[in-house]
Amino acid sequence: MWWNARHMEAAASERRVWKVVPGLSKLATYAIVIVALCAAWEGYKWLWETTGWTWPFLVDDTTMPHLWDILKAFGEPVTTGGPALIHPLLDAAWFTAKEAIAGFVLGAVVGFALAVLLVHSRLLERGLLPYIVASQTVPILAIAPMVVIGLGSKGVEGWKAVAVLAAYLTFFPVAINALRGLQSADPRAFELMESYASSRWSILWRLRVPASLPYLFTALKISATASVIGAIIGETPASIQEGLGGAIVNFNQYYSLQPTFLWATNIVCAVLGLVLFGAVALTERLVLRRAPEHYA
Amino acid sequence: MTRVQNGNHAADGVARNPEEGELRKQWVMAVAVLAGAAFAAWVAVAAAAPEQKAATKVNLQLKWVTQAQFAGYYAALEKGYYDKEGLDVTIKVGGPSITPETVVAGKRAEFGVDWLPSLLATREKGSNLVSIAQVFARSGMTELTWRDSGIDTIKKMRGKKVGVWCCGNEPELFAALNKNGIDPKNPNDVTIVNQPFDMQLFLKRQVDAAAAMTYNELAQVLETKNPKTGKLYTMKDLNVFMMSDPKVGTGMLEDNLFVRGDWIAEKANQATAVKFLKASFKGWVYCRDHRAECVSFVLKSGSLLGKGHQTWMMNEINALIWPNPKGIGLPPAGAVAQTTKIAKTYGVITKTPKGATNYAYAARAVAQLKKEGVDVLGKKWKKAVVKVTPGGK
Repeated sequence: MWWNARHMEAAASERRVWKVVPGLSKLATYAIVIVALCAAWEGYKWLWETTGWTWPFLVDDTTMPHLWDILKAFGEPVTTGGPALIHPLLDAAWFTAKEAIAGFVLGAVVGFALAVLLVHSRLLERGLLPYIVASQTVPILAIAPMVVIGLGSKGVEGWKAVAVLAAYLTFFPVAINALRGLQSADPRAFELMESYASSRWSILWRLRVPASLPYLFTALKISATASVIGAIIGETPASIQEGLGGAIVNFNQYYSLQPTFLWATNIVCAVLGLVLFGAVALTERLVLRRAPEHYA
Repeated sequence: MTRVQNGNHAADGVARNPEEGELRKQWVMAVAVLAGAAFAAWVAVAAAAPEQKAATKVNLQLKWVTQAQFAGYYAALEKGYYDKEGLDVTIKVGGPSITPETVVAGKRAEFGVDWLPSLLATREKGSNLVSIAQVFARSGMTELTWRDSGIDTIKKMRGKKVGVWCCGNEPELFAALNKNGIDPKNPNDVTIVNQPFDMQLFLKRQVDAAAAMTYNELAQVLETKNPKTGKLYTMKDLNVFMMSDPKVGTGMLEDNLFVRGDWIAEKANQATAVKFLKASFKGWVYCRDHRAECVSFVLKSGSLLGKGHQTWMMNEINALIWPNPKGIGLPPAGAVAQTTKIAKTYGVITKTPKGATNYAYAARAVAQLKKEGVDVLGKKWKKAVVKVTPGGK
């Protein structure tokens, strides 16, 4: 909060107090946003139901179940005498997480390697970059079956093919941002390194890579969530029903019976994305303690 | 560490200290023993492997995700029937973006399960696929109306909103409408609504009639509470027009097993096919006689499925297979011809297919099972009464 800033400088004792408050206010902001979103959902539902509006779609307990019903679904058994929904969903989330993480790592390595390659060759950058960009304009839904089938015919297991698909979504932001980051160091630093007759290798590791880290982490955060999407989409054509993609297909089929189960699955998908995002953000904090972003 | 220090260390590292030398010897021994043990284990494993006769690996591509519609194959797997025939079968589940015909034509599975009209259509596009067994002897397709709507004959669907599944699933109903003087292509006769794969439109009464499979969507309606009474809907709330009912008489053949034409042309594969059919049929026979156990096999592979719904499905699937006067896997007389005729009339195919079916291997499998004393006809089988559960749980 900007108006706190001046007070913070005013007195050292006050500073300690204010240090706690931003943390609290951050938490409060999250809470307010969540409450507002929930209120918007329930408010929309209430308004459309009481007025009987049907545009753009009919609103009732099937199309928009109450939020508390969705949360309650986690504790309901899927089948008589079976475990609560949360258990098979967590199993599915773990399965999908494995595909997503494998894809994320593969995509990050490939993306970073591409960036290193391109930063050292103007010709390659000019030649390859348009195709890298073009690769992302092809819808993932069209590519998914091709990748799965192509790799499947080479004897690659289904989940690995799905990981490749996740990597397809993750390499792009990493490559583009890392390329930018590798070029981002102060030109004077380059001149200094060159005056020491530093090799390309040492310029890369001592100057380019450290300078690229903030860019890289921004890209990795985007990739973390994208890898989950890639994994979920890839599961269907890969004949995998153990993951969240399989759960979505299944609960979609029985939507009119158990609409809350599909919504609960969606929540798990979102949480999985958030967890991966959080893991990258945490790593970023640990690696970039002194990064320019955190000076402020 | 500087280079000089490095050099020193390397130079006197070998024999400076006799104790150190002793330690090293022990290490070498330990590694040698471990390596020896690993080698012995490898030899043992390698020697044990050839004793088992290498099983023939085959894949079965299902039409949809795991559900009781495919219980027979899961039973054959669980009960070891495939094993006994020397087959190592992998069941590949289907899904919204999987067409079994494409998978089999692309050599990613040897066997596929799909509806017969779909196979005929794929064949016409140039894929050499052959149906080798007609597992479901009759159609499970129905059209539902609410009893209180008064639409108690197909004739009365004139001028109504009639829901149909798209993309090759329309012909049975279209043929039924046509038989009753309603032209499905003429909007003045009837409004055809493209129905999604759930029963929402029907439950919300946004259509007057809706397509439903006996084993799935019909149950979904019955598993839903009537908001007016707070109780589950019952059959008394519905009119069910079954396409296989002689009064409607426009049923088409559904789940069949098919293979590639060039694959089955090879002698060795013909033997494999007979073995596969024999074990699969045995699985279906098992599910006829052990309904509850087969449901548990299905639930084991599909952890998100509801037991109530699958129990209903198992019973209704059995009703599509049993009884079969010719033996499981063999279509009733005239059924293939009727399927072909309706498919041709409604543009699923343009010409009468030749060589699309070959039931010789199924007949051989049935004959072998008969010899073993297995009841392949199911004459005495009676449909059970399954109580629906709220939400299909």
